[in-house]
Amino acid sequence: MPVVDLAATSRRALNAMLHALPPDTNETHWQVANPEGGHAIAAGLDAPVTVEIRGHVGYYCGGMNKRATIVVDGNAGTGVAENMMSGEIRVKGDASQSAGATGRGGLLVIEGSAAARCGISMKGIDIVVKGSIGPMSAFMAQRGNLVVFGDAGETLGDSIYEARLFVRGAVKSLGADCVEKAMGAEERGLLAGLLQRAGLYGAASPDEFRLYGSARRLYHFHVDNADAY
Amino acid sequence: MCGIVGLFLKNPALEPALGAHLAGMLGVLSDRGPDSAGFAVYGAGEPDHVKLTLRMTGAGDSRPFVEAFAAEIRMPVQVTQRRTHLVISVPSDMAEPAARAIAARPDELQVVGTGRRMELYKEVGLPTRVAEDFGLAAMAGTHGIGHTRMATESAVTTAGAHPFSTGPDQCLVHNGSLSNHNNVRRVLLREGIAFATENDSEVAAGYLTWRMREGASLGEALEAALSDLDGFYTFVVGTESGFAVLRDPISCKPAVMAETDDYVAFGSEYRALAGLPGIEAAHLFEPEPATVYAWQRH
Repeated sequence: MPVVDLAATSRRALNAMLHALPPDTNETHWQVANPEGGHAIAAGLDAPVTVEIRGHVGYYCGGMNKRATIVVDGNAGTGVAENMMSGEIRVKGDASQSAGATGRGGLLVIEGSAAARCGISMKGIDIVVKGSIGPMSAFMAQRGNLVVFGDAGETLGDSIYEARLFVRGAVKSLGADCVEKAMGAEERGLLAGLLQRAGLYGAASPDEFRLYGSARRLYHFHVDNADAY
Repeated sequence: MCGIVGLFLKNPALEPALGAHLAGMLGVLSDRGPDSAGFAVYGAGEPDHVKLTLRMTGAGDSRPFVEAFAAEIRMPVQVTQRRTHLVISVPSDMAEPAARAIAARPDELQVVGTGRRMELYKEVGLPTRVAEDFGLAAMAGTHGIGHTRMATESAVTTAGAHPFSTGPDQCLVHNGSLSNHNNVRRVLLREGIAFATENDSEVAAGYLTWRMREGASLGEALEAALSDLDGFYTFVVGTESGFAVLRDPISCKPAVMAETDDYVAFGSEYRALAGLPGIEAAHLFEPEPATVYAWQRH
């Protein structure tokens, strides 16, 4: 198993090694030591490998990830899993703002809490946060699912499109056009599947969550609002 | 972009190493602000004395002026020179005349900070080099703040570098930009707060000076700033015995804090804190938006 010590190897060199991996590589398990909050660690991967990072990472860790599994044994800075396409990223500590921003696929699990703008403009990614999320989360969220075990900050889901937001705790306030929706059997099944994939099945029952989504009132230009422009 | 750092020590055993830690933190954030850097350190103060930190603005040597000034007031004046800055220590009742005498020589000297304990240094250049030039690593103290600047709205000049000090033993570093600083500056000018630059961050410093002059605590002054200052900001503020952090209501600019039994540390990014002693076991958190965090020495 390759172990890359970022105290001795540059982040560029690490990322170049990971980018060069062929899809059928035998080096499927990597460890990274001494990340010290460095930026863009394991960003842009496209191979079915697992990268374990021992420590805190800086901005954009695992950005654009495809197929890889990335585990951060620490906290993550701004924009972890930004624009993830597929694969899985797991943060064992807390995540800073904009976690999973614009993500198109894959699963992001944050075992601690996430700061402001979690899931902003998400486009198909699934995000499971075991703690709470900060204000302005799921702003303009288009597709995908955001599951929060704890509380959500102000203006959750402002201008949301078709993403689903499952929150177990309190929501400080809902953003424009975001409303609570009834949870049917389909959504309960979907949520149970997400908890299973996140390894958190049994940690909470799907019945403990409430569902929030779009009221669909902002989709089209409304002539009554013409004065506002 | 800009980077800001702050370190407030709870354990006196760390005081001799304050400057070394602060220098390390500033150096890491060089890539957030390679244009200029500055820092303020709260070190030892002499009883009944005030320290004036002066920047030599002229090409000449300003020490003859200081010596002449000492003769004028018939008092010995202690002078420490660190590259472009002089720190002079004068008896408290001579601080006013000293400041006036310096203000009469704007081509030679400019006061960048005054206080019983605070010294303040800033200069253009790469933060690592600026810290080295001023010998930050060897400075001792109880707390300090620093800034690495990436100028976006005004020229790269020493006057535009942070921290800004608008009152005794008070200083502020700012990451962000204020949008109503011209209005607030006009109000503060009427209240007798003086400004040396057109910089928005200096207005934030002046605002807090005014609030505290009117009787507010540091925490109360920052609470009031939430409704009176408009724009993007993460502020780190120092006073003789206090240290505080405030982020704007949408937390536009990054901030990470670490607290242990020995210290409270602030960094724009975790990277800046990674070298601090005991960081592995520190309580790491992001300050909440629109929430005042303040610590006080007892």
